[in-house]
Amino acid sequence: MRHTICILVNDEPGVMTRIAGLFARRGYNIETITVGKTHSPGTAKIVITVFGDDQTIEQIEKQVGKLIDTQKVYELKPDESVIRELCLVKVNVSGNKKKDEVIKYANVYKNKIVDITPKTVTLEIIGEPQKIDTFLELVKPYGILDMSRTGITGILRESPKQ
Amino acid sequence: MTYPIKQQSRRISAEEKKIGKYIMTETLVKLGVDTVFGITGGAIIPFYDAIFDYRGKIRNILMRHEQGAAHAAEGYARVSGKPGICISTSGPGACNLVTGIADAYMDSTPIIGISGQVSTFLLGNDAFQETDMIGVTMPITKHNFQIRTPDKIAETLMKAYKIATEGRPGPVFIDVPKDSQTKTSNKPIPKNVEIRKPILEPSQESLLSAAKLIMDAERPLIISGGGVIISNASNEVKMLAETLQCPIATTLMGKGSFPETHPLSLGVLGMHGQEHANYAVINCDVLVAIGCRFSDRITGETKSFQEGKKIIHIDIDPAEIGKNVRADVAVIGDAKRCLAGLAKAIIKTGRKREFRHSEWNKKIRETKEIVESHHERDIKSGGLRQPFAIRTISELIRQKDIVCTGVGQHQMFSQLYMERTLPRTFISSGGAGTMGFGFPAAIGAKVAKPSVEVIDIDGDGSFQMTAQELAVCKEENIKVIPVIMNNGYLGMVRQWLETFHSKRYSAVHFSENPSFEKMAEAFRLPGITVTRKSELAEAFKRAYKNDETTIVDVLVEREASVWPMLPAGGTLKEIIKGNVVFRQTWEDVMKSRAQRGLK
Repeated sequence: MRHTICILVNDEPGVMTRIAGLFARRGYNIETITVGKTHSPGTAKIVITVFGDDQTIEQIEKQVGKLIDTQKVYELKPDESVIRELCLVKVNVSGNKKKDEVIKYANVYKNKIVDITPKTVTLEIIGEPQKIDTFLELVKPYGILDMSRTGITGILRESPKQ
Repeated sequence: MTYPIKQQSRRISAEEKKIGKYIMTETLVKLGVDTVFGITGGAIIPFYDAIFDYRGKIRNILMRHEQGAAHAAEGYARVSGKPGICISTSGPGACNLVTGIADAYMDSTPIIGISGQVSTFLLGNDAFQETDMIGVTMPITKHNFQIRTPDKIAETLMKAYKIATEGRPGPVFIDVPKDSQTKTSNKPIPKNVEIRKPILEPSQESLLSAAKLIMDAERPLIISGGGVIISNASNEVKMLAETLQCPIATTLMGKGSFPETHPLSLGVLGMHGQEHANYAVINCDVLVAIGCRFSDRITGETKSFQEGKKIIHIDIDPAEIGKNVRADVAVIGDAKRCLAGLAKAIIKTGRKREFRHSEWNKKIRETKEIVESHHERDIKSGGLRQPFAIRTISELIRQKDIVCTGVGQHQMFSQLYMERTLPRTFISSGGAGTMGFGFPAAIGAKVAKPSVEVIDIDGDGSFQMTAQELAVCKEENIKVIPVIMNNGYLGMVRQWLETFHSKRYSAVHFSENPSFEKMAEAFRLPGITVTRKSELAEAFKRAYKNDETTIVDVLVEREASVWPMLPAGGTLKEIIKGNVVFRQTWEDVMKSRAQRGLK
């Protein structure tokens, strides 16, 4: 099962290494990892997605919780949180009418067109990872030239319990 | 010991006290540190320059290898309960601390490693003696710091002290670039620093569930681990065991947390533990584990370990719950408070119960008696063998004396034959299994508690890994008694090769060991060689009475093995060469495994 874990940490040099090192050392596989500042100065937020059963996730949360730089660890459960990812994808549109079709798809999916060249269209997709996956499947036949995904970030709909 | 250059301590001006190096020494003094174990070197010269002015307040014990410094700090910490401080220079010096830091991490020992580092403007340039020690020590410390400005020195040292000791203790490493030691700071030493508070007080519900489970038990067993010693909870454990009349085994780290002479004591359990202790683990229906992390050395294969029993796991570290074995009731908190709370919770259940006359206790007592009679036989029979040597010493020393060990057969024989009744009197490398631990740890132990004798039961292999610290014993007039169980082999591996690898003795034979008596002499210390059973007691008594470190080199039977033993990864029932319940050999185990379709 894929789980999304949110870690509030002291915003200090080396914290990412501590977290990533812990995951590697204990054999937890990171699927995506994002990090950024928060509204409170000195606190950064790391959002990690991992595969594992409930017991593994519990161990991860406890082990991460032990790190001195960790302030709080909690899981972002799908039904309790908003999950988003951003993807930039460059699609090959050289050839008849391809450009029009890709732009049409983009509009249907409400994706932003961020760049157009004679042979390419670059789109910005924001949404839950599944939405991004679906759209990528759609444009795959045209030829994806390049792609950048940020990995998941997310937020609880309500504040985490203390 | 006198310093070669006699210089009067001088007054340090208020201006000077703002220099990083003096902030370091001053903060250490404020934290109550009076002894450090360390070796100087390029990047830590400024700190040692300040130490020169603090000679009356901080004693530096100049070790001969940084590994020795780290182990000495561990020995000091394990005996005193205060953090042990070890110091080194950057690069190789700091790297040499690593073994000791890793050892402290595995055994939850509070030590603080302080290393010099190249100046901040050289960091990342592959400067001379630069090693990324933050990267190196990250997986083996509770936390580590690099102090890039003198403003942070006092605060960091104070935080390190708290982190090392509070909650589940562990090592902290501090990297101090040279310019942080030489630059000045106007920041005063803070009165207090804050770190996240550990959970000390267990929840009432968990205590009540635990109490109920214990009261419903038919065949309860207590395992007392190293956490009991760390939390000074020996009295509480004793009270629990006695109230319930419940048998109690300890882990290697917990040895001494419960008096081994007590009728309820089963001694140490695990891979080379007492047969009756392992029998009790397999057959109990409620297991109360206190301050122990269910290492593979005590559980064997974990699935069968958990079968047929409810487990109550008491630990201060929530991450230990459910890590190796499932916990039916988890009590999270400081062992002392948990046990005090558990006693109250048991009263609250309104039930009175004890197991003194139960079939269970009777069976355990019988098994124990048979095992002990076999021990007596092993001690008496044959020539100069380790069971005899260790039991002889066990009977000659006082209970308050401290026994350290190296790692290997002598350590396992010690856990079987050395009787300990007081906490903090058996100091051994448990989780990491660090050969060479015993001797420097003994030095640290003696420094922490000069009023007792410190005996290092060591092997010829282990001892040679840190033997250079003999010079420290002479120079600093620290008296310990290294007793070497000398069999000319890396004995434990030899035993494995004999048992599991058809006696293919690859790289285990020391055909040309030095004379340890002569080695002592070279360090201008006395040494005694014991070749016969009849000589041992006299030799040890002499060493015990001597006022300086005296090596006792005991030439023991060469190809002895520690039985019974649990094959690594096997189930507890696969213990081989027991005397009472586990009479099977390794071949028997292989056969029965094959029958069950296992490899």
